[in-house]
Amino acid sequence: MNQYDAIVIGAGHNGLTNAAYLAKAGLEVLVVEKNDYIGGAAVSRELHEGWIYSSCSYVCSMMRQAIHRDLNLTKHGLILVPYLGNVAFGDNGETLVGYTDEEANYNALRKISPHDADAMFRLHADLARYAQLIRKTLLRTPPDPTSFRPRDVNELLWFAKQFWGLGEKELYEYIRFFTMSAADYLEDYLENDLIKATMASAGIIGTALGVYSPGSAYILLHHVMGDVDGNIGAWGLARGGMGAISQSLAGALQESGGEIRLNAGVRKILVKKQKAVGVVLENGDELYANIVVSNLDAKRTFTQCMDEDDLPPGIFKKAKNFKIRGSSGKVNIALSGLPKFNGVPNNRYVNRGGQAFVGSLETMERAYDDWKHGCWSKDPFIESVIPSAWDPTVAPPGKHWMSNFVQYCPAELADGPWTPEKRNTFGQIIVDKIERYSPGFRELIVHMEVRTPHEIEAEVGLTEGNIFQGELTIDQLLFNRPFPGYAQYRMPVKNMYMCGSSTHPGGGVSSACGANAAREILMDLRLGNTVPDDDFYDE
Amino acid sequence: MPSTIIQDINQHNFHEVLKPTPFHPRVDHDCLTKNWMDWNGYLTARTYDTLAAEYFAIRSSCSVMDLTPMGKYRINGPDANKFLNRLVTRDVSMLRPQRVSYVVMCNDEGKVLDDATIFHLNEGDYRLCCQHHQLDWLMISSLGMDVSIKEETHDIAALAVQGPTSASALKLAGIDEIGQLKPYDILHTQLHGFEVMVSRTGYTGDLGYELWTSPDNALSMWDAIFEVKQKGFYDIRTIGLSALEMVRIEAGFILPGDDFNTAETAIRADRVRSPYEVGLGWVVNLDKPNFTGKRALLDEKKKPIKRRLLRLEVSGNKAPQDSFLYAGKGGKRIGTIMTQIWSPILKANLAMADVEFAGGSQPSEIWAEIYYQKELEWRVSWAKGKVWNKPFWSHPRRSASPPDSY
Repeated sequence: MNQYDAIVIGAGHNGLTNAAYLAKAGLEVLVVEKNDYIGGAAVSRELHEGWIYSSCSYVCSMMRQAIHRDLNLTKHGLILVPYLGNVAFGDNGETLVGYTDEEANYNALRKISPHDADAMFRLHADLARYAQLIRKTLLRTPPDPTSFRPRDVNELLWFAKQFWGLGEKELYEYIRFFTMSAADYLEDYLENDLIKATMASAGIIGTALGVYSPGSAYILLHHVMGDVDGNIGAWGLARGGMGAISQSLAGALQESGGEIRLNAGVRKILVKKQKAVGVVLENGDELYANIVVSNLDAKRTFTQCMDEDDLPPGIFKKAKNFKIRGSSGKVNIALSGLPKFNGVPNNRYVNRGGQAFVGSLETMERAYDDWKHGCWSKDPFIESVIPSAWDPTVAPPGKHWMSNFVQYCPAELADGPWTPEKRNTFGQIIVDKIERYSPGFRELIVHMEVRTPHEIEAEVGLTEGNIFQGELTIDQLLFNRPFPGYAQYRMPVKNMYMCGSSTHPGGGVSSACGANAAREILMDLRLGNTVPDDDFYDE
Repeated sequence: MPSTIIQDINQHNFHEVLKPTPFHPRVDHDCLTKNWMDWNGYLTARTYDTLAAEYFAIRSSCSVMDLTPMGKYRINGPDANKFLNRLVTRDVSMLRPQRVSYVVMCNDEGKVLDDATIFHLNEGDYRLCCQHHQLDWLMISSLGMDVSIKEETHDIAALAVQGPTSASALKLAGIDEIGQLKPYDILHTQLHGFEVMVSRTGYTGDLGYELWTSPDNALSMWDAIFEVKQKGFYDIRTIGLSALEMVRIEAGFILPGDDFNTAETAIRADRVRSPYEVGLGWVVNLDKPNFTGKRALLDEKKKPIKRRLLRLEVSGNKAPQDSFLYAGKGGKRIGTIMTQIWSPILKANLAMADVEFAGGSQPSEIWAEIYYQKELEWRVSWAKGKVWNKPFWSHPRRSASPPDSY
């Protein structure tokens, strides 16, 4: 068969979510995937015998629970298990232990700074106020501010009401917040550098900004607004690895009769008379559909899968200039035992959480400087987690698997193209840094996989390996995501849509982009909506 | 029997209102929250550290719970089987040695006193485990029978070891034959030189076991299990009664005394419930020659059912705690939420709900009126309920034999 109601390009979590909701509405849906496995960046594979690597994304907190419940993802194997704590390492050997339990966390902060322990309540209340507002928009289509259609006007009024609800003073604060750097924002609250650095690290993840770059405060928010079972800011692991998210979505899709075709990379989106009519695969096969949905990032979709001539003027250029810079790498390590870290209490909370090698605000800013000069950071920020400490399915009993997210790492080096030797050097810097905090770490290594933006782009297809499919800065958010005028998932060519993290609300494995796009498609087709409202809709 | 009672009085330390279990030194050490509660007169942990961690120990790795306070009665003697078969509504006359059966006990009016499990330990030797104190009822029920009944709640230390890695962990702890146990099987074995009994039973709806030993060996049994964690093999966590409450509702198990009033404690005539009304019709065998409550249940079976304890999923994310239930938004009141939890695994509010069946049939719609608080301000909302005929959560690994390794 080569004719479908809808073809979705890319079996990442948003593509699968989108396809699942289209299939649920009764459409014949095909998802085409270039790799011989599904998942995109939410993927888990056995890359060393007995070890299941989640090579790309490694943590889950934004997944919309309404979608989880609605698509019955639990039945299809998805279980999200929360973190209990974390530890941050400073340059001079000091450590900051954090707990998800509020009282325990307060006592841990007090050990370093009694002032900051108290100020944290104010900081969290302010962040919660901002996050609550954004969270409500996640499972909604952004309004077009230039449109006079009743739906857009109503939606704009809804937005305005939410914002005005903050009160005048808070509104000014909020606007200020959007434009600030994470470090400057935290300066208003905290005094201890390690505490500031730890908080600020959330403001640079996946973005080519430093802790002192304007706009990084919002990204910080993006990382603290997720929740696990109503615990705002909590993080969780998918049991079995991040691939369990994609697998469960695929299960839901297939249950509704949807189809997935592997080894089916798309060479071109077919456009006739300014309408998308199908795709041409890498092998030359032509597949036709009434609807084509791209789960690829905006840059890749328009600059690699479409002819400039098929697009209205200006779009190609907008896509080319879409800010999707590679800034991070990933080092995945199989370990023969659980590493011990200096200055970290051996307790049941910390042993079940992440490790953040933050150093200090200055160290992180210097790390960014290296990136600006076209080099990986000599002393990088690393965010790690050892999922096997509480997920028995990803490593053999007694053995462990460690995920290390590294920033910064450029997509293009100043001294010429990436080579395997350069990649290994980059990997060794990570091992050396961890070894500094965990003597003997190196001896525990059984197998290691180093991914620079180069590898991530080659395998997953994310341009420059950008984890968010485009940076989460204010110029690329809400009705500006991916481009002004195209934020409602409909693309410049008729019958063509986008559903990836390049669209609102952006990256973070939330499934919201895919679900929002499905809602718009079903509306255009005049079919009943199958996408649920968010649980936080009315709070 | 009388000697048991005297011994208990001597054991009781009146400086302590609640009795510590034989595991208390370990429980106390592990319980960081010191969030204690009373269970059958024992000092028990409600939570040890973080509820979410305890919950996920059961659903994702391996959990250990001190089960000692559960009412335990040893029943043997020539009429033991005859006695038990008359006591409960299910036919247990063919219960083989080293097997366990889930049962329910009714009074003469066919109203539920308690649910229970009967362990056929060895030929003619039984243990009955109940949620509530039942010695009085057992003595009354044994009139005219040649049977010995002894309460052994204090004489047996028990741990529930439940979760996907429970079989793997117990094997590493030294119970080599763990893989042979099918659901409801019993194994008598040795662990580090002392006797333990292992049953593949539990209250979690997941893979799991219960381990039974003498109080003298309690700490050694505990240590043998946690040694597996110390060696770095599996994440094993102690869990309290709050986590247990979550998983038992997910698994669809009822809790007499919480989900409904037990017959012997009911003062008001309309508070008692029959097995049919609490969803336990499947353990009533009316073909059995006789059992306590049979005549009343035969009569009740002929009439339309008046009410049912339902498994209700309530939409949205607001807890329907103590909510009244209505036939429609603002419609006629038809019931009450008895117990409810947020299920982290299913991302849903799950509840046990007592619902009237007008004309013997289930209401076509059930709505919950939910009062909830946001920053000390009370609000009200309505949420629709969905009735589950099956347990909310059931996983193939619960009954897989041999058990999965994780």
